[in-house]
Amino acid sequence: MTGLPLLEVKNLQISLAVGNTLFHAVENVSLTIGRGETLGLVGESGCGKSITALALIGLLRPPLAVTGGEILFDGRDIRTIPPREMRKLRGNRISMIFQEPMTALNPLSPVGRQIAEMFVLHKGATWNEAEKLAIEALANVRVPAPDRRVKDYPHQMSGGMRQRVMIAIALACGPDLLLADEPTTALDVTVQAEILDLIRELSSAQGTAVLMISHDLGLIANMCRRVGVMYAGHIVEERTAEDIFRSPRHPYTKGLVASLPLLGARARHGRKRLQEIEGVVPPVSAFPSGCRFNPRCHMASDICRIEDPGITLLGQSGLVRCHHHG
Amino acid sequence: MKIRANLLIGGVLFAIVVVAGLLAPLLAHTDPVMDANLMYAEEPPGAEFWFGTDAQGRDIYSRVLHGARISLTVGIVSQLINTIIGVCLGLSAGYWGGWWDDFVSGLTNLMLAIPSLIFALAIMAILNPGLTSLLIALGLTNWSFTCRLARASTLSLKSQGYVQAAKVLGYSDIRIMLTQLLPNMLGPIIVIGTLGMGGAVLAEASLSFLGLGIRPPYPSWGSMLSDARDQITTAPWISIFPGLAIFVTVLGLNLLGDGLRDILDPQSRTRRI
Amino acid sequence: MAAFLLRRLLQTLPILLAVALIIFILFSVIPGTFASSMSDDGRSVIDAQVMERMNKEFGFNDPVYVRFGKYVAQLVQLDLGTSFRTRQPVTKVLAERMWPTLLLTFASMLFSIVIGVPLGFIAALRPGSWIDTLSMVGAVSGLSLPKFWLGLLMMYLFALVLGWLPSFGYGDGSLRYLILPSIALGVAPMALLARTTRAAVLEIMNADFVRTARAKGMSERKVVQWHLTRNALVIVLTTIGLQFGTVIGQAVVIEKLFSWPGLGSLLVDSVTLRDIPVVQGAILLIVLSFLVINTLVDVLCAIIDPRIKYT
Repeated sequence: MTGLPLLEVKNLQISLAVGNTLFHAVENVSLTIGRGETLGLVGESGCGKSITALALIGLLRPPLAVTGGEILFDGRDIRTIPPREMRKLRGNRISMIFQEPMTALNPLSPVGRQIAEMFVLHKGATWNEAEKLAIEALANVRVPAPDRRVKDYPHQMSGGMRQRVMIAIALACGPDLLLADEPTTALDVTVQAEILDLIRELSSAQGTAVLMISHDLGLIANMCRRVGVMYAGHIVEERTAEDIFRSPRHPYTKGLVASLPLLGARARHGRKRLQEIEGVVPPVSAFPSGCRFNPRCHMASDICRIEDPGITLLGQSGLVRCHHHG
Repeated sequence: MKIRANLLIGGVLFAIVVVAGLLAPLLAHTDPVMDANLMYAEEPPGAEFWFGTDAQGRDIYSRVLHGARISLTVGIVSQLINTIIGVCLGLSAGYWGGWWDDFVSGLTNLMLAIPSLIFALAIMAILNPGLTSLLIALGLTNWSFTCRLARASTLSLKSQGYVQAAKVLGYSDIRIMLTQLLPNMLGPIIVIGTLGMGGAVLAEASLSFLGLGIRPPYPSWGSMLSDARDQITTAPWISIFPGLAIFVTVLGLNLLGDGLRDILDPQSRTRRI
Repeated sequence: MAAFLLRRLLQTLPILLAVALIIFILFSVIPGTFASSMSDDGRSVIDAQVMERMNKEFGFNDPVYVRFGKYVAQLVQLDLGTSFRTRQPVTKVLAERMWPTLLLTFASMLFSIVIGVPLGFIAALRPGSWIDTLSMVGAVSGLSLPKFWLGLLMMYLFALVLGWLPSFGYGDGSLRYLILPSIALGVAPMALLARTTRAAVLEIMNADFVRTARAKGMSERKVVQWHLTRNALVIVLTTIGLQFGTVIGQAVVIEKLFSWPGLGSLLVDSVTLRDIPVVQGAILLIVLSFLVINTLVDVLCAIIDPRIKYT
């Protein structure tokens, strides 16, 4: 990767204000996304992946706030950009799609208009021009009969269709970076694959970098070249997708990989219980001391309970956060 | 925190009214009905008559205290009747479904189409004015919300595992309704009940004000205000205290209900009535 | 759209019929109502002959279903009977009183909407601020105030002490007479609307589609204008419809307090004087008004919210 990376996050800290105390929901998170690259972010619910994405697009609202670190988008620190300028970036150069297509669109407005808004907001188009561009955008996301569907209201569309509309909205202005927060989790399995293919195709066609967030390791491995694993507000491992599957280094990652049910595994390995990682993700207010994963970790030793492991760089562009990695 | 404030202030206000009512015979200075001395008619508030006297020479302070008994009795009892009717109808309608459900739903819609004060008025029109009639009238007018709530809760709880289990175990329908379903909807019912009590107090005051509820010489706050209207030019202070008493009582109940709602029914989407 | 309106109006007919039935049962079937109405009127024990004659005249000797049949037949022809007291057709009596009540109802609802909804908006857009707390405390107080007490106090202050406004009556129908009654009647709905609006706005501010709008790069002002207002209004409109019913009912008390010559005070007077036909007619008319207004509000909702199918 040559040249300045598109997105560089350094030591990001996001805190939750409860009364007079600050809880650090995300701490010490660093990642990089190059132009046109797809990075995956995996983790269970509550690990902080969604709020990380919200921080990147500047949509964190109280009581959450970025309290430390830098977010460099194309060289500029997002934290220092004034709100008016940030609005020009949002939707235009950084876009986001969300998990629940059912509720993500304004129920009182035709979808065509909601797409057209993007062109009026950011490209200075008139409403007439924008409506035409909206039809094109719908065609791009493979919605049949786009000239008719442009007038539909969200409730007249299926979940998969609505997600396509969301994608159309997000990619309308050709952004440099697309943040996709569990875009397929709420959809039927059959539709999931279509939507993911769509995202992959469109983003590579437009050269859009993608941050794909999911709890599904299999999905991520399919879409992304590099993968980061998050746990309790930390990135505990970041490697290429291949490496993570072949030789996971962090006990949590190992657990995640092992818990993936594999087709044909029974024929090959005989009957085995479905692997799971015991325990639950700790709440922000009660992170364990030392390594945050230690209560659930098979390999935990004394040092794990006392000292939070720092980042260990592994060879070319990989990192892990564990006292016992390897 | 905002939540606690509701509960605290509401509870205190309501408690004050309850205590005033319970201890009225002790706290009052005179008999509210009998002690009427025309010599002292229309005295402004002073050392002897704390709230002044009315046109008949009765001590307003004592009457207000005794009025608390009437208002609270009406409020609590009528709301209790409403709740029982509403729960019985709603639970059974949701549980058994079929034509009974259709009937109850139709009845509920009907009740919702008639403004409640009008309905209470109509019933009072054919009964003799008095406490019992009032209890019946008010007890029959405000059960619709409880009924809808009970029915909706029953419909959603009916398919839960533990209800099915109880059926399989051979529990009778009534037993299931009372032991499995009812306890799980108590929260919102209590909230509606508390807020409904405030409504009942206001309704009683309104009806008495119109002369169709508790009639003079009994010290209902509402009828006291009706008298006050006639005396407004000569003795305006009569208007203040009974109304203030109603306000404090209903405010206490409303705050209490809100506070309870925050605890017992946090995702409530019921309109704040 | 017209079909929808028609359909909804037709749906109100069964309710109206059921109300008529209930009223009939309450007033015409329950024994003794008629007799007591006559004695309460001041006359002493009724002469048996007179009683018999009255029974014949009003058909009280016929079986119940015959009476109900006659009653419905008369209703359909818009004949509501004759007032016991004034011997005038009930329809005439009601017609005279209809307009003042409608005027009062609409004036107070207007007051409550114009003040309550913006108040709720402002409170929701600055949650936790002093404006918010003050508004909500004011709202809960407004809901707890007895309307007639408020009316009485206002009457005392503005009419008797300050002399700015007339203290009672309809007068020449000018605005001055309308102010006190409509404010007294409108304070409680205003409080409720403020709370409902606040809750609706808060709910929407945190809704997913608002988050999407922000992610699109929309300014906060546009978000409020375009997304918030219409969506919140849909929720608030339903409450407004229901509130009309409450206001129509409560108007009875205010009308009596201010000697406002509307249906409400007519109803109360008729109940006191046991003028049964007028009571029946007034209740029917009041319920009809409420149903019609509710239907209109429903239609309005359907226009604004495309999710409501109206084809």
